Amino acid sequence: MDDSYTLFKGMADIKTIYSICGMCTVRCPIAVEVKDGTIRHIWGNPHLLGGYNLCARGAAGKAFEYDNERPQYPMLRDGKRGSGKWKRASWDEALDFVADKLNNVKDKYGTQSICLSDRGGPHTDFQKTFLAAIGSPNYFNHHATCSNSVHNAHISIAAYARNSVSYDYRNCKYLVLYGRNLLESLGTAESNNVMDMLEAGGRMTYIDVRYNYTASKASKFFVIRPASDYALNLALINVIINEDLYDHDFVDRWVTGLDELRQFVRPYTPQWAEKETEIKAGEIKKLAFEAAEASPAVILHPGWMTAWGSNDFYLRRTIYTLNALLGSYESKGGIVINKTPADTGVRLKSLVSQVPKPRGERFDGCGTRHKHLGAQWGLGQLLPQAIVSESPYPIRAYIAMRHDPIASMPDPEEFKRALGRLELLASIDVNYSETAWFSDCILPECTFLERTDHVIAQNGLKPRLLLRRQAVKPRFDTKPRWYIYKELAKRLGLGQFFPYESIEELIAWQLQDTGLTIADFDRTGYVELTKEPLWFDRKDALRFNTPSGRLEIISPTLEDSSIPSFIPFERPEVLTGNHFRLVTSKVAVHTQGRTTSNIAILNEIVSDNQLWINTDRAAELSIKDGDEVEITVDGFSGRIKARITDLIHRQAAFMLHGFGDSVPARSRSFGRGVSDVRLQKGLLKVSVGGNCPLTECVVSVRPIAEVSG
Amino acid sequence: MRIYQNHERCIGCCACEIHCKTENDVPVGARLSKIVPVGPIITGSVPRMSFIFTTCFHCKEPWCVEVCPSGAMQKRQADGIVYVDAEACVGCMACIDACPWAIPQCNDDTGKVIKCDYCRDRTGSGLKPACVTGCTTGALHWGE
Repeated sequence: MDDSYTLFKGMADIKTIYSICGMCTVRCPIAVEVKDGTIRHIWGNPHLLGGYNLCARGAAGKAFEYDNERPQYPMLRDGKRGSGKWKRASWDEALDFVADKLNNVKDKYGTQSICLSDRGGPHTDFQKTFLAAIGSPNYFNHHATCSNSVHNAHISIAAYARNSVSYDYRNCKYLVLYGRNLLESLGTAESNNVMDMLEAGGRMTYIDVRYNYTASKASKFFVIRPASDYALNLALINVIINEDLYDHDFVDRWVTGLDELRQFVRPYTPQWAEKETEIKAGEIKKLAFEAAEASPAVILHPGWMTAWGSNDFYLRRTIYTLNALLGSYESKGGIVINKTPADTGVRLKSLVSQVPKPRGERFDGCGTRHKHLGAQWGLGQLLPQAIVSESPYPIRAYIAMRHDPIASMPDPEEFKRALGRLELLASIDVNYSETAWFSDCILPECTFLERTDHVIAQNGLKPRLLLRRQAVKPRFDTKPRWYIYKELAKRLGLGQFFPYESIEELIAWQLQDTGLTIADFDRTGYVELTKEPLWFDRKDALRFNTPSGRLEIISPTLEDSSIPSFIPFERPEVLTGNHFRLVTSKVAVHTQGRTTSNIAILNEIVSDNQLWINTDRAAELSIKDGDEVEITVDGFSGRIKARITDLIHRQAAFMLHGFGDSVPARSRSFGRGVSDVRLQKGLLKVSVGGNCPLTECVVSVRPIAEVSG
Repeated sequence: MRIYQNHERCIGCCACEIHCKTENDVPVGARLSKIVPVGPIITGSVPRMSFIFTTCFHCKEPWCVEVCPSGAMQKRQADGIVYVDAEACVGCMACIDACPWAIPQCNDDTGKVIKCDYCRDRTGSGLKPACVTGCTTGALHWGE
């Protein structure tokens, strides 16, 4: 570590506070330099990242802190919903307002009529405790438009959550990515580890419907026909089984269903897959051989944001299956099973475990109508339908906690129509999210730099405890989440579930059985719970939570719910004329757009999105590079600049997610670019994996000249 | 000493630009360092990008220093860093015209010129420039 740092001229009085970034949901460990109560610079935490490295968004945390275009005090709606008319309220007034409405809804319709959503992740204890204390089962998060399908696929195979494993990139020899644009939708440690892998001679095969920066670093890049990745994987499995490339020791011990799988993939040869994917049969075969040669130091990445098509669940199941066949589970350079503090004998207390788990049917039918989909993440896309139909019961109050469904769920107008019927829509946020702007009340949270959160566990080969810590005083009349939920609970007569007066007191309670104190986080920002990485014995001590204790390629749990373990590949509709399948992704400066898109120094790098179209298709439509085009779906249209390239599949059109901001208080991002979610009409659907089928959005594209003529 | 770039490791994420702006309080509009994406150019089956890190060359005989009427633009003898003494800068912008690469830029907040000085307070104390220190993937190096 660079201890000479404090010697820096005029820097003797700089204090470094180790914390956790909040600019995106990767939550990198950070070192915040504070001088005279002001943030000087934010770096990566060198104790955990090996250097001060931190991505652009994280580094812009300072710009975010000192930006005034965020809620500065509690606000109550003073006009129609979404009118942007607000009146300032005191905290007591605003909390009373929300609590009164909640009490009212609870008395009139029952506790289940209140729901709450967030962005998932480790800092969810306060809101989950609050909702459970009320007695409502209706917690959900953003994963309907993110990881539901990959999560549920892993549950069905390993009974592990998507994030119960991590990827040992640095020791990996062969990495396969299906549209996982990890050098642009990036985390600091992950991108570094992948670059280390490439530098050490590891190979990366990148498969996507379009080129991007990750593709540019790949050893091999395939442009695949949209929605045909599943066909590719069936052929890969076919080759791996028929050519006897699989890891017999691992498969015999830990995998069930191989015979059925062998039967199932028989027709899916590389020659067949070439016709579906447009990847040459020889290349498919080569991919299988190369991956097998590198195994078990091989990772076929299951994906991050996987709200792709209706059958995405099956694509993800085949990716996990390929990893299982190649024995990558719990291998050096493969997929490793995360160890938790409990694996080191450390018990971290949580508030939510002190509250009785709410019973009763969920509004979204997780565990009942959707038997194979757990309630852990829920199905947020069903909220509008549940509100409007009052089925299975009325939903009358909704708290959006740092989650912005109006900006992230498909078809925001439909969402708004439903939310408009609520008796309470409240947002707790650091931003003017689109949902906050449409709310009855905004309870402004302190930024991640202005608050301390509860201790969290980072699971992995070396589980550890981490702490997000207040670095500076709040600039505005905002409050930390521990205070907001405690005060709301008090007003609902549920104060006993928040038995602390300060965050320090809560942390002391969390650490009570660990022998640790908050001071143990001072020096490096984390507490290591084991010196050596913890590996399970691959011969005998792997623990999969499935009924058989193995990786279930054929899943009895699924079949019990009348869901087949595999389905035949269905060729997607071929789009002609001016129709394209819309796909989206991110750039490094705006991953998960809405925290960052209005930050001046990030916005000046990327402030707009463009529509990528294949050169041949564009020529057919007389669209030239840089032309403005009209993009339309079912009554909604936007104007956007075309970017013409050979490096996108003919069937696809691409734009960056997160643009077309409709909140005028965000002056830099307001009205810039076109919103992808507004084009995703009619896609508030539940696919078999629980995801919205976002890539089934078919758009029409026309040159503007044609529109006006 | 100067900044070297490992092109293999650079992913064009622009963290260098943001660390630079944050460290040096550079307002919107000006950029003291910049990633210029070039490509893609197809090599083999893969479209390769180059991300060119650009900043001041700290010329041996800097025209910006020569043209500066107030002596604000200087070349530090010890290490050759070309920098602006903000106190002395009168904001005439002559240096901006003199530089073939428009490296000096106007700070609209102060009306004075700013440019990359390799974070001279940091480098003078044995540290690295902010862009190098903060680079996401460790693609930038500070050395001879």
